[in-house]
Amino acid sequence: MKSLSRIAAVANTETRLASRNRWVLLATLILVLFALALAFLGAGPAGSRGASALTLTAASLATLSVYLIPLIALLLSYETIAGEIERNTLPLVLATPVRRSEILIGKFLGHIAVLSVATVVGYGIAGAAVTLVHGFDPGGALAWTRLIVTGILLGAVFVAIGILVSASTPRVGTAAALLVGIWLLLVVLYDLALLAGLIVDDGGMFTKTIFPLLVVANPGDAFRLFNLAALEASAPVGGIDGLARSLPFPPALALAALAGWLVVMLSAGLARFRRLRP
Amino acid sequence: MTNETLLGVDDLTIAFGSLTALDHVSLSVQKGERLALLGHNGAGKSTLFRAILGFLSLNTGTIRIADAAPGSERARRAVSYLPEAVAFSKALTGSEVITYFARLKGEPPRKALELLETVGIADASKRRVGTYSKGMRQRLGLAQALIGRPDLLLLDEPTSGLDPISRGEFYDLVDRVARQGAAVLLSSHSLTEVEAKTDRVAILSKGRLVAEGRLADLAGAAALPIKVRVRAKGADADALHAKIGGRRLNGRSVELDCGTGDKMAVLSRLAALGDVVADIEIDTPRLDDVYRHYSKPPAPGDAA
Ligand SMILES: Nc1ncnc2c1ncn2[C@@H]1O[C@H](COP(=O)(O)OP(=O)(O)OP(=O)(O)O)[C@@H](O)[C@H]1O
Ligand SMILES: [Mg+2]
Repeated sequence: MKSLSRIAAVANTETRLASRNRWVLLATLILVLFALALAFLGAGPAGSRGASALTLTAASLATLSVYLIPLIALLLSYETIAGEIERNTLPLVLATPVRRSEILIGKFLGHIAVLSVATVVGYGIAGAAVTLVHGFDPGGALAWTRLIVTGILLGAVFVAIGILVSASTPRVGTAAALLVGIWLLLVVLYDLALLAGLIVDDGGMFTKTIFPLLVVANPGDAFRLFNLAALEASAPVGGIDGLARSLPFPPALALAALAGWLVVMLSAGLARFRRLRP
Repeated sequence: MTNETLLGVDDLTIAFGSLTALDHVSLSVQKGERLALLGHNGAGKSTLFRAILGFLSLNTGTIRIADAAPGSERARRAVSYLPEAVAFSKALTGSEVITYFARLKGEPPRKALELLETVGIADASKRRVGTYSKGMRQRLGLAQALIGRPDLLLLDEPTSGLDPISRGEFYDLVDRVARQGAAVLLSSHSLTEVEAKTDRVAILSKGRLVAEGRLADLAGAAALPIKVRVRAKGADADALHAKIGGRRLNGRSVELDCGTGDKMAVLSRLAALGDVVADIEIDTPRLDDVYRHYSKPPAPGDAA
């Protein structure tokens, strides 16, 4: 009971800080603007047949979210512990009866709350706009719901990564630099390396066996794969995403991979934080 | 119950690599007692606080807080800490900061918020901390430390940044808390400041506890000489120096040391010199001289 109230106090303060610092507004705006741009400016739904506009936008949004959501999650969390070390408030907090695990869980939940609000509101507004213009269909609505829920899970993984890094360095600047590097590595360079592998291998062993596993092993790719696989034949996809057609395992494995990342990153963050000497 | 030890530090050594920040330090604070910790920059005051909070691993010795190990849940329930140079999130208001810490300590926030009144910043409680002056932020930190009637208050340089009147109010508050039974350990750079405001002082120098006790006893034990400065008439300090000895200060003055007992004898001898003396100044040792005496680096060859 006491423990829950302390977790709530930490989470509450984190969300309050995020909204005071305009992070909530900014994150929501980014998501809504990019989603609207995709829906109405891109090659988009207008010329295609077969799939509904809602479904098609959800498909392209799945690709975009892989870049945006991790970035927002990292921006929310990178200074959460390093900042407290710099301001010298961490010793103060750790001198109270609160446990370190409670602080970490509280911070995590606070950031997830902010991220969820931004994702639900941002993608919700965009989805509503698409429905208004192009009409409603249940399959499309399901795709959007799936996108939002798994998007929050993807965000949770990166919030956990942000907290881990924030607990690993006493400098906010170092944490920021590290996280830019991690974002580039996981979200951009990883895919490039996989593509390079595909080209070199040219349909050999790598493409058939290792490649699909490497794709689900990356949180961003796992997220995209799950969403695209669920859309099945209704949306045109290419590149790495073509894999969604020919998965050698059920797409739910991709979700399990995301959950695995979350558990490992949170545990690593907690281990780091427990060893921290303020 | 006046002899209940709330903080016991015994033979504590803390080393950071090759640097010994605390060197076999022992001290204790009883229920209702106020102990001032003094020492130069880098003497090890903040390190002692962090060790008591359980943030550091001890190289030798033990620390007990209300019979619990430092950092344990029981110890954390008993202590309240105000670190030096704390900067609360600028975006939160004063009452939000207090509510937050009250929740962390498991105390009712409503009661804790009354402390803003106690430290005199109730008017600003709805304003963001970013708009507070340095003294107001320090008061907010103090209010935070007072939440939930702690048994042991650890205040690291609590009066830095406070004006003289605020300092007075601060020590009144400490006095009140101590009379309610809390043990208070606070650090400061000025012996003058803590005089009559604390029960005992402990002086750290380069990590070693060089003096500990009641201030009057320390001043007595230091037995610092009274300095008598004599200015020669004309500019003839040489003649004066030849007559009375002592130290030449400049072309015109000579300085003598004398114990408290023979001050009058020295003065009457000087008066008898008549014309040679233009003026006499008497410099009795002040608290800061006592402090300097104890915290000066040990002379080479001194046994540790
Ligand atoms: N984490 C650390 N790593 C290495 N050295 C440290 C660490 N913390 C403190 N020190 C060293 O320990 C010594 C004591 O530092 P401490 O902060 O306790 O001094 P202080 O008495 O509080 O000084 P001040 O009056 O300036 O606050 C200093 O030489 C300092 O450099
Ligand atoms: Mg200090």
